[in-house]
Amino acid sequence: MAVVDTRKLCKTYKIGSVQLPALCDVNLKIEQGQYIAIMGPSGSGKSTLLNLLGCLDRPTSGQYWLGERDVSQLDDDELSLIRGKHIGFIFQSYNLIGQLNVIENIELPMFYQGFSEEASAEHARELAILVGLGDRIKHRPSELSGGQQQRVAIARALANDPLIILADEPTGNLDSESGTEILNILDRLHQQGKTLIAVTHDDSIAARAERTIHLFDGRIKQ
Amino acid sequence: MFLFHLKRTAKLGIKSLWMHRLRSTLTMLGIIFGVCSVIAMLAIGEGASQAAQEAIKQLGSTNLIIETAKPPEKQTDTGKVETVHKYGLTYVDAESIHNTIPNIQVIVPVREIDRQEVRYLNHPKVAIRIIGTVPWYTETSPVRLIRGRFLSSTDLHHQQKVCVVDEEVARKLFIFDDPMDKDIRTQGNYYRVVGVVGAPASAYGQSGFGKDMAAPTKPSGGVVGNIYVPLTTAKCRFSELSASFSSGSRSIERVELQKIIVKVDSDEQVLPMRDILDASLARLHDKSDYHIVVPLELLRQAARTRRIFSIVLGSIAAISLLVGGIGIMNIMLATVSERTREIGIRRALGARKRDIIVQFLSETLLLTLTGGILGIILGSLIPFLVTYFGRMPTVITAGSLVLAFGISALVGVAFGLYPAYRAANMDPIESLRHE
Repeated sequence: MAVVDTRKLCKTYKIGSVQLPALCDVNLKIEQGQYIAIMGPSGSGKSTLLNLLGCLDRPTSGQYWLGERDVSQLDDDELSLIRGKHIGFIFQSYNLIGQLNVIENIELPMFYQGFSEEASAEHARELAILVGLGDRIKHRPSELSGGQQQRVAIARALANDPLIILADEPTGNLDSESGTEILNILDRLHQQGKTLIAVTHDDSIAARAERTIHLFDGRIKQ
Repeated sequence: MFLFHLKRTAKLGIKSLWMHRLRSTLTMLGIIFGVCSVIAMLAIGEGASQAAQEAIKQLGSTNLIIETAKPPEKQTDTGKVETVHKYGLTYVDAESIHNTIPNIQVIVPVREIDRQEVRYLNHPKVAIRIIGTVPWYTETSPVRLIRGRFLSSTDLHHQQKVCVVDEEVARKLFIFDDPMDKDIRTQGNYYRVVGVVGAPASAYGQSGFGKDMAAPTKPSGGVVGNIYVPLTTAKCRFSELSASFSSGSRSIERVELQKIIVKVDSDEQVLPMRDILDASLARLHDKSDYHIVVPLELLRQAARTRRIFSIVLGSIAAISLLVGGIGIMNIMLATVSERTREIGIRRALGARKRDIIVQFLSETLLLTLTGGILGIILGSLIPFLVTYFGRMPTVITAGSLVLAFGISALVGVAFGLYPAYRAANMDPIESLRHE
């Protein structure tokens, strides 16, 4: 079953009176459990596509079927809910909240979905162990290395068992050793049946993915 | 589940405020000062108002007190070096009022002879004021009988040489002896003590406030207390003459009565009675040598003053709270700006706009409520210091505490809403790109 199905997806930005087309006629179909890499030069619309797939933005035209719903015309509240429940984000600069410790960071998506205190804490602990940080659950992000922080981000992305995991240059800020660690974890997740979409410049990620989509000038290069 | 949310939000808020302790404290100062001043000023105002009302109540709201007043120089005979100036209230006045004016409960003529000395055996002498009056004096003034009895009609009729003493006077004069039925000596005559009276039960008796609105016969200026003798006795035993020196020439004055106290049945009759008395006395006097004190009016005046006082205080406090609130809004806007990225992250993770609003509004509320509580604590301490050092009565009312707390909550919501709204409406994508 297709987990992601975009039909003639278009996004045009309006800056003042100027129209800036960023994406055009994007038809993308991703099945459950696939590992996809999206590549392209800067200005190709990678970020725009990422934002649309992540429900952070709405397309100008076209449909975006996430799971069994077309989410292209939902309002802000509904989109927030979709994001929280079905999408796990991994950012290039980790984007952890500095005042919260590891466990609290991982819990955050569960917090916004209204889970109980005990359930959230328990689940968060399991995820921390899963990514190898079971002994650092009370640490703050500032006390962790880049690689460790990214691992927390991964655990956080898994918190609500999302339909898709969206990674934006996950190894961009990491040295090659930590980067490899992270990619290994992503491989593991793929083996466990998770759907991964990684937007990247890095060829080594593309090598591990089962399919690579190339974007050029807002369109998928065939 | 909702409680977890609340608890977590509160914990986060506290953590966030604690991390910026200095900033939080400075921001709270406005609220702290505002709340503190509301409570302190209301307490001082309430204390003063209650003191005033107590003092006035002692005069009796249904009393009208006609007092002898020395007429201005112009209206007396001029050019003479040594003359006897007669002025003031007279027995004729009292008779006239008694006979011609209806609806009066009691009339109490009062003769006061100040700065007298009284002796008992060989004990040291005590400075007192002699008050010559009638038995029904007790109906107009709150005297508290401690021993024996007050003056009686028989005493009055037979011009008995009896007296009733203030307990302070008794204490100083008799020391350890029992004052009852003892003879004391003043101005060459002996008077038998038939009773002892105490000061009326009032906490404000001695405060500075009482001075201007003294109870009809409150002692002042050097005397220890009063002794009461029958008016008829005073008339025949004590001279009505007194000497005074002014602008180089000595003059002798003659005053029959220092006061006439008139009591009516109800508050409504007080003001009409004042006009009647004024008209009646004007006919009998050709100089303005008296004035009428109306405690009821003073009471109403005090209430009016208190209202204005409260409004002024309230305005000051409101302004300071407003300023405090604006300061808070300013800080929260800066905080929101600082945490743009964080807001973007939370939104990406599933926070709706309302979640963001709740988060920042709670932080603001935490700030104002904490400031409010600190203000209440401080505001409650200040009246105690004022009472202790300034010797002014203060009353902290539960109402003012609730009001202050409610206001700080309101300020929190009012001035926290805009920053929270700003935070919630930030575009997540822009926010994530920030900084």
